[in-house]
Amino acid sequence: MSTDSIAVCLMLPLAAAGGIALANNRPNLREAVSLVASAALVLALLGLEPAVLAGNRPTLDLIEVMPGLVIAFEVEPLGLLFALVAAFLWFASAVYSIGYMRGNGEAHQTRFYLCFALALAATVAIAFSANAFTLLLFYEALTFVTYPLVTHHGDAEARNGGRTYLAFLLGTSVLFLLPAVIFTWHAAGTTDFRAGGILPEGMAPAAAAVLLAMYVFGIGKAALMPFHRWLPAAMVAPTPVSALLHAVAVVKAGVFSIVKIVVYLFGLDLLGGVSTHWLTATAGFTVIAASVVALGADNLKRRLAYSTVSQLAYVVLASALLTPLSIVGAALHIVSHAFGKITLFFAAGSIYTATGKTNVSQLDGIGLRMPWTMGAFAIGALSMIGLPPAAGFVSKWYMLSGAMSQAHWAAVMVIVASTLLNAAYLLPIVYRAFFRGVDADSKPHGEAPLPIVLALVITAAATLMIFFMPGVPLALAHALAFGACE
Amino acid sequence: MTLSAHFPVLQVVVPLVSAPLAVLARRATAAYAIVMFASWIAFGLAIALTMQVRSEGVVSYPIGNWPPPWGIEYRIDALSSFVLLLVSAVAAVVLPYCRRSIEHEVPREQHYLFYSMFALCLAGLLGIAATGDAFNAFVFIEISALASYVLIALGRDRKALVASYQYLILGTIGATFFVIGIGMLYLMTGTLNLADMSERLAATSDLRPVLTAAAFITVGMSLKLALFPLHQWLPNAYTYAPSAVSAFIAATGTKVSIYVLMRFYFSVFGAGLVFELAVGEVLLVLSLAAMFIASAIAVVQSDFKKLLAYSSVAQVGYITLGLSLESVSGLTASIVHLVNHGMTKAGLFMLVGGAVLVTGGSGMDRLAGLRRTMPLTSFGIVLGGLGLIGIPGTAGFISKWQLVLAAMERQEWWLVFAIVASSLLAVAYVWRFVEVAYFREPSNPADRRREAPATMLVPAVMVIAASIYFGLDSSLTLGGAATAADFLLGTSR
Repeated sequence: MSTDSIAVCLMLPLAAAGGIALANNRPNLREAVSLVASAALVLALLGLEPAVLAGNRPTLDLIEVMPGLVIAFEVEPLGLLFALVAAFLWFASAVYSIGYMRGNGEAHQTRFYLCFALALAATVAIAFSANAFTLLLFYEALTFVTYPLVTHHGDAEARNGGRTYLAFLLGTSVLFLLPAVIFTWHAAGTTDFRAGGILPEGMAPAAAAVLLAMYVFGIGKAALMPFHRWLPAAMVAPTPVSALLHAVAVVKAGVFSIVKIVVYLFGLDLLGGVSTHWLTATAGFTVIAASVVALGADNLKRRLAYSTVSQLAYVVLASALLTPLSIVGAALHIVSHAFGKITLFFAAGSIYTATGKTNVSQLDGIGLRMPWTMGAFAIGALSMIGLPPAAGFVSKWYMLSGAMSQAHWAAVMVIVASTLLNAAYLLPIVYRAFFRGVDADSKPHGEAPLPIVLALVITAAATLMIFFMPGVPLALAHALAFGACE
Repeated sequence: MTLSAHFPVLQVVVPLVSAPLAVLARRATAAYAIVMFASWIAFGLAIALTMQVRSEGVVSYPIGNWPPPWGIEYRIDALSSFVLLLVSAVAAVVLPYCRRSIEHEVPREQHYLFYSMFALCLAGLLGIAATGDAFNAFVFIEISALASYVLIALGRDRKALVASYQYLILGTIGATFFVIGIGMLYLMTGTLNLADMSERLAATSDLRPVLTAAAFITVGMSLKLALFPLHQWLPNAYTYAPSAVSAFIAATGTKVSIYVLMRFYFSVFGAGLVFELAVGEVLLVLSLAAMFIASAIAVVQSDFKKLLAYSSVAQVGYITLGLSLESVSGLTASIVHLVNHGMTKAGLFMLVGGAVLVTGGSGMDRLAGLRRTMPLTSFGIVLGGLGLIGIPGTAGFISKWQLVLAAMERQEWWLVFAIVASSLLAVAYVWRFVEVAYFREPSNPADRRREAPATMLVPAVMVIAASIYFGLDSSLTLGGAATAADFLLGTSR
């Protein structure tokens, strides 16, 4: 029965893609397909949750590509958590896209929804992959199905953005990730994700450190500096793409993969004997440096993109601390950042749809005209900073606890400093929106179309919900961190 | 003897006989039917032989019942059956494609000659793989080469004549080197049977002429297989040949030459002797040069067929690189890439052939906005291109995985890096097509959507689909290659 539900979860987005293609000329039906499929996916994933929490690991073996190398899926807590987040937010952005794509009169909408569904299929497959080979397969697939979304507008700017996107994501994965996976196979004879890790215990610490570096930098989707430049470049895409894919699915696929590789390929025990200072240092540097860049960015989407780079590095930093508490923090941050950041991007797109404005400096007094949008933005901002009552507080709490339990004061400093920076680049926007007078020359406008506002409210409410009721994510994160250390 | 005992010779004779029959038939349709029928029989025979080799081991067939080493022996083992399968499968799928394709490129009164030459070329290539006799191999090399000179010269562009002439000169030099090498071996051993030659060489104490022979054969075959920098003939030949010929020759011609090289290295000279000659080091350097330089040249081509041709030179580099690693896994990588690349490149050339037919040329300008006019073809080319890069899920990935693994086994970390780095150049040249086809507007905006005729599109799509299938289930390709590599090195001295 569980095997079937894995198949259902994988097939739902694919079937949705087929349905979207068939409903090409009937926009309402086409959008209904996305809505129904995403809602059904959330339910199907929730159906898997009790079994996974009870310690079951449903599996599905698809094809044996080479002897011993199988395209296989296994549902474990982290993957389920990630898939749930992606599926839930797919629903939210399907609602949002209706307002955005129609409101801005975008072309090629069928291709857009189709690639969106395919991207979700790849994301679920990444979340459920049972070995590094399957992960690699769908990791690359995700790059390719999102490429048409990044270059959606088809102009020179989109093409250049697409080039950067592909050069960084494909370049890092081909140069580092692929050899890392093959080396894992060479050294361990398998690439399966197993609790406690699979790499041989006798592995030289230097070799393990090099391999870890190849994984961490090979997963360009995690946008760890110096391989972060694709993320701002990808902002040429329509906002729903930036919101779901470049704040949630694609980037989270990156950090998710890193956490999964740290926990299930290396194992915390093996890495305990390996120097990971370089990794915490790189991640810490990325956290701070990206925040500083965000501080100076006037374009709202660009500011949010660098904020994403910074927040992703939190997850890497937390997993590099190698304590169960910080792993819980890393897993939770995948969730809380997703909800917070998608709300912020939704707000950016909402502003663009209603007013055509893209820059922070244009937003004076906009909160009075678009109270829902900017209210949601404020909640998202709180979550980014890590203040109650928003989701970001929970994950930051665990990350800080993890850092303190290790007496890793540098990491504590980084987290605290970046919290201040987050506040410095987000709160002025909220301040501008609500407490400054409206430009005299700006045309009057109201809120964005209803679907946009609805989606914003859903994600903002969820951001608050996770703070008050973190039950499911917390339980899954605990199952990951403490199950993995047994 | 039952009929099945004659399969090894029928494998070659059936297409060989179909060539004069096609000439006698004169009528284009009849000639086409005869050659296609023959090629499908050849494909069936290759399957039957592969199964026979699997169950019974090496199949030996004495021509005219003269026992080897006196008579000519046809000898089918794990490697040759693998190559027979590749060549005959490509012919079987390219022939249906030929019909509509050459109607646009070759004058109708020459069609029967085209099919006859195609049959000869096929017979020659199959003969090279089937024979166990050195001189017989030379004869088949010449048969296939002469036929392919004619086939290339049939291209619509007048440059095809120059390309064919270039190939003729260099191909003849290659064949001459090869036959000189064989002559020396004959001098030393007094036999032309490969197996017998191998045994007698073991007893030879004077190595110098043998090493010279190895050098001559290496150079001769390197010309034929377009090992960088002996590839000068290839780009023009592939570019100006008729589309169907580009597809067939790109997938089979160089691959069979690599087969000959492997056969002589491992079944005649023996791995020990060849690699003592530093052949491995030379091949390694030239392969790397091919992978990087030819790929870089491919990136700047303004004609898509020429881009694919330079990509072929680069991909041959991967094959010879595996060979140079002197290990079972390296050889496995080479052999599996013979098939994986042959398949992918055949599919690509077939799709481009369709685009040439519709748009009138393979220049990048002609292909601008191809996604509008030929969406299926464009998408197929992208999938094939991903195979050239070696993206997971394509046949090219299987080769790359195996090759990287072979380099890791030798602890050559820089080589691992070189292999993956060179595939980034493949990204660059494949993406040139993507940007031209998907981001530029058609040169003539009035162009309506018009795919190639179904008889061309369907075989092409089948080949591309096969390249994806074998990327997901490699038991036939990788399994076959591993068996062949095991066998070759296992029986090699």
